[in-house]
Amino acid sequence: MIEKKLVIVGGGPAGMAAAISAYEHGVSDILLIDREPYLGGILNQCIHTGFGLKYFKETLTGPEYAGRFIKKIKDISQIEVSLNTFVASLNKNKTLTVLKPGLLVEIKPEALIMATGCREKTREMMHIAGTRPAGIFSAGLAQKLINIEGLIPGREVVIIGSGDIGLIMARRFTLEGAKVKAVIEIRQKSRGLARNIAQCIEDFNIPIFFNHKILRIFGRDRVEKISVCKVDNNLNIIPDTTFEIACDTAVLSAGLIPENELIEMAGVEIDKKTNTPVTNELNKTSILGIFVCGNSFKIYDIVDSVTEDSFIAGQQAAEYLGRLR
Amino acid sequence: MIKKMTCIECPKGCLIKITLENLQIVKIDGNICIKGKTYAGSEINNPLRIVTSSVLALGLPLKMIPVRTDKPVSKDKIFEVMSLIKKVRVTKPVYAGDIIVTNILQSGANLIATRDVPA
Repeated sequence: MIEKKLVIVGGGPAGMAAAISAYEHGVSDILLIDREPYLGGILNQCIHTGFGLKYFKETLTGPEYAGRFIKKIKDISQIEVSLNTFVASLNKNKTLTVLKPGLLVEIKPEALIMATGCREKTREMMHIAGTRPAGIFSAGLAQKLINIEGLIPGREVVIIGSGDIGLIMARRFTLEGAKVKAVIEIRQKSRGLARNIAQCIEDFNIPIFFNHKILRIFGRDRVEKISVCKVDNNLNIIPDTTFEIACDTAVLSAGLIPENELIEMAGVEIDKKTNTPVTNELNKTSILGIFVCGNSFKIYDIVDSVTEDSFIAGQQAAEYLGRLR
Repeated sequence: MIKKMTCIECPKGCLIKITLENLQIVKIDGNICIKGKTYAGSEINNPLRIVTSSVLALGLPLKMIPVRTDKPVSKDKIFEVMSLIKKVRVTKPVYAGDIIVTNILQSGANLIATRDVPA
């Protein structure tokens, strides 16, 4: 069993800000864990601009925003970074069971900050009927394939849902030479930021269908087409409005779910509707000494807010550790 | 004539109204900051965008290196810039801010790396 003052799970913007802030508030002996081989989290695949306007007062890409924090972390010797490291379980005494290549260890911190981010809603959660062919991706997965792996997952694409990542990916697919045939949004207006409608959809004349719902995905081995119909403002289907769109790829962008299974395992009280900790106070949970920050605490629109609130989490953990002494 | 547009400078996304007379801007409203005014002017005269993409790396730990133009380029040149970006191969380590292509398409903008990719 390894003992630590403070363990932070997740090396994205939230975890990095929390680590820096905890150090700046007097905590030494900090361990920052991430399952990926690099710090930066999802920012590494968000290669578009628009990050940092509030925090750095300039507009940066995701990797640039992450890079500034990575540099800072590397300069602080009291923050130990463990990459390729996966947390398999967490119990109520804050003991983490951790897997890294060739190693299974238990780590017991006095305080724990969870900065585990969020995941995307799946096809199953959207109740889309039809077959299960290849060619169905979440927007974030398509983003990773194009921007990190250099693979273009399809040629004729329909985006389902109009979350920000879906809108960003509509532009990205278009720039890479794919045809985005439609964005389908069940509600009256976009879930994403107005500026993403302007610069990702309108700039490229991509058709966007509000008040429309996907009914079914067709195709045996690969997506061949989808069917769509109109809905009213209460999301009820309007009869005789069904039409089909031929495509080889369906990209789903219908929202994000905070990832909190580890703290749930430890017995932290979780609101099942939002998958976030039940609490009256920012970053706190029902177990003393376990903090949650960034998108696992609540879904933020912009990374600058994640950074801001995660700095507070680092300070909260430092204050908690100070009281223990 | 009144033209409406969403400002893309920040997440607020102000809805800007531009009043034009004989193709000249006579009034700009709806923006809450100076960036909106500049944006609206440029949208009327010569719309500009920063282009972001990723380029192929060979013999480096990452397969793709994210890049962007260090200045906005003409919106109607975006696809030309993209076809050039697709031909780029990076074989030596780069750091965020390093120039990958100088003065891309004579636009006055350089294509720069946005992530450190050491050997």
